[in-house]
Amino acid sequence: MRKISLDKINQLFAEISSKSSLYIPVDTAAGAKFEKYDGTKTMSDALNTVRSAKDFFFPQTENMVDFKVEGKNIEIVEPVNEYEDFVVFGVRACDVKSFEILDRVFLADPVDNFYKNRREHGIIVSMACTKPAETCFCGTFGIDAASPAGDIVCHKTDDTLYLDAKTEKGAQLLDSLNALTEETDSSAVDAQKAKTAEIMKKLPLAGLDASAFGADKTMEFFNAPEWKELSEACLGCGTCTFVCPTCQCYDIKDFSTGHEVKRFRCWDSCMYSDFTRMAHGNIRNSQLERFRQRFMHKLVYYPTNNEGIFGCVGCGRCLAKCPINMNIVKVMKKLGGNK
Amino acid sequence: MMNDPHIPVIGVVTDIRIDTPDVKTFRVVTPDGKKAFDHMPGQCAMLSIPGVGEAMFSITSSPTNTEFMEFSIKKCGCLTQWLHAMEVGQQITIRGPYGNAFPVDTEFAGKDMLFIAGGIGLAPLRSVINYCRHYRDRYGKIDIVYGSRSMEDLVDYKEIIDEWVKDDGIDVHLTIDREQPEWTGHVGFVPNYVKELGFDTNKTAILCGPPIMIKFTLAGLQELGFDKTQVYTTMELRMKCGVGKCGRCNIGPKYVCKDGPVFRCDQVDELPDEY
Ligand SMILES: Cc1cc2nc3c(=O)[nH]c(=O)nc-3n(C[C@H](O)[C@H](O)[C@H](O)COP(=O)(O)OP(=O)(O)OC[C@H]3O[C@@H](n4cnc5c(N)ncnc54)[C@H](O)[C@@H]3O)c2cc1C
Ligand code: SF4
Ligand code: SF4
Ligand code: FES
Repeated sequence: MRKISLDKINQLFAEISSKSSLYIPVDTAAGAKFEKYDGTKTMSDALNTVRSAKDFFFPQTENMVDFKVEGKNIEIVEPVNEYEDFVVFGVRACDVKSFEILDRVFLADPVDNFYKNRREHGIIVSMACTKPAETCFCGTFGIDAASPAGDIVCHKTDDTLYLDAKTEKGAQLLDSLNALTEETDSSAVDAQKAKTAEIMKKLPLAGLDASAFGADKTMEFFNAPEWKELSEACLGCGTCTFVCPTCQCYDIKDFSTGHEVKRFRCWDSCMYSDFTRMAHGNIRNSQLERFRQRFMHKLVYYPTNNEGIFGCVGCGRCLAKCPINMNIVKVMKKLGGNK
Repeated sequence: MMNDPHIPVIGVVTDIRIDTPDVKTFRVVTPDGKKAFDHMPGQCAMLSIPGVGEAMFSITSSPTNTEFMEFSIKKCGCLTQWLHAMEVGQQITIRGPYGNAFPVDTEFAGKDMLFIAGGIGLAPLRSVINYCRHYRDRYGKIDIVYGSRSMEDLVDYKEIIDEWVKDDGIDVHLTIDREQPEWTGHVGFVPNYVKELGFDTNKTAILCGPPIMIKFTLAGLQELGFDKTQVYTTMELRMKCGVGKCGRCNIGPKYVCKDGPVFRCDQVDELPDEY
């Protein structure tokens, strides 16, 4: 484990950003967001960035291929995507876990190469949480906010930043920073972890239990009468899906620039009424059905296809952002018999 | 070259056959005259006209056809309208193959086969039927029940009359919904016709067509004593990626583009009623 005094954190950022793009969370009027480090920015201590870190690997819009159309002929022009190495600094435990959940979709056969390329070029430097919020329930899904995964894991105390490499990629980056950091033992970090664990236990959602849900429980919950009440006020605005780090639905669309056609993908939402509309009708005509899809996917379908792993990481974004104050916690409590 | 599953290749339309007032069959090869890729019966491909849209279609030709692929396409919206307006020589884009396939070499091997289709539902079945005809000695007796609204709406009518009915060991039972002066065959809906024909249950049945037809025909087959494990069907949901990633085509935990479109009817029972 290495450490560096917080006074020197800008030197650390400068060093990293001299070799590859560096993104850090910064506070803005619209909340925290990841921005490219340019020597002037200071790192935010916010827990959640408003938009999750999924943008780095699964951007909101992404050009996939271009076409030149001339008369009856079509030419396929693959976009030259210059994927550059980048470092994302300060990713929280829940968002780091969300990458694993996205990996299981995008890296499954056949591999999505757009995602894979970004993933291979990215280094994740995670940041342990010390002051989890009331909306946090990562613990429900077995995530330890005080010990995130990542290529390098950081712990921040009042005056010091501790850095611990967890992967080959992370070790390489950390080694390259040796001139700025010094070796240390883990005692300060261990003490911090123990303190955070105590705070976690007292969080309002600490007792939230997901074990009622999981693999192969489709029929147990699909026809539950509770969906009606739960979904009644849902506006179908899709906010919960866009802020969610694990929501991965996308649309593929064409855009004509006049001399060529750009085919791109963009985030889409199962909460939208035309998501499944087809020539002979729509399989999800009501908001109840669309609402049910989102939560069944996180709590039952995804685990069914992924060895029981849930499709939610408990980041709490949907709790904070839903305009009608509906969210996955309410769904779990109502359907799963949680108090 | 990225080799991503979302990136298509070019296809050239080399032949267009008018099947019915709203169905045309298109023959597609690559610009150097080859088949774009291999497939198995039941699998599909994404066809697109850049700037218009992309959609999933069953590959209606049999894999035993090594020269080209065919798609029977019903005009019903933006892209399909455009495809219907194409002339020979038009380039389109194509990617695939997608989905599972009918278990033609495993569960179907050695069985008597009963194919039941309604309307454009013949498109996925034609691939299996011609596969079975090609490897005739691998299958038992073949019965085909096919119905449409009218005589004019029977897809592949010429191939049925010129080839299928002439084969040994194949019985073709055609029906149309309402009487027509030139029609001497059976009149009536597919589900009732299947019951009238009263097949023995020592068969594997494959059912493709509009959801309502599938529902009633399946009930009819069960009345005849068929078990759901003997009946296969295909599902059709809105699709975008075709590779189980865009999240659009699921029925419960199953993605129709990847885990389907072919399902055995007892497997369908395990899925929530959302299709
Ligand atoms: C696995 C699979 C296999 C298939 N095989 C075949 C096949 O072999 N042959 C075949 O002909 N078809 C097949 N289809 C169906 C085919 O994919 C559709 O017919 C095709 O997508 C229609 O595309 P389109 O652009 O022409 O229609 P669209 O323009 O997308 O719309 C079709 C209709 O849907 C409605 N609609 C769609 N979007 C909207 C909207 N935003 N607002 C209001 N209404 C809307 C409209 O009523 C419209 O007429 C298959 C589908 C699947 C999933
Ligand atoms: S469902 Fe809500 S709490 Fe769970 S990962 Fe998505 S936004 Fe976060
Ligand atoms: S649950 Fe809330 S955020 Fe999600 S679509 Fe409904 S109203 Fe919008
Ligand atoms: S079409 Fe994208 S998941 Fe099936």
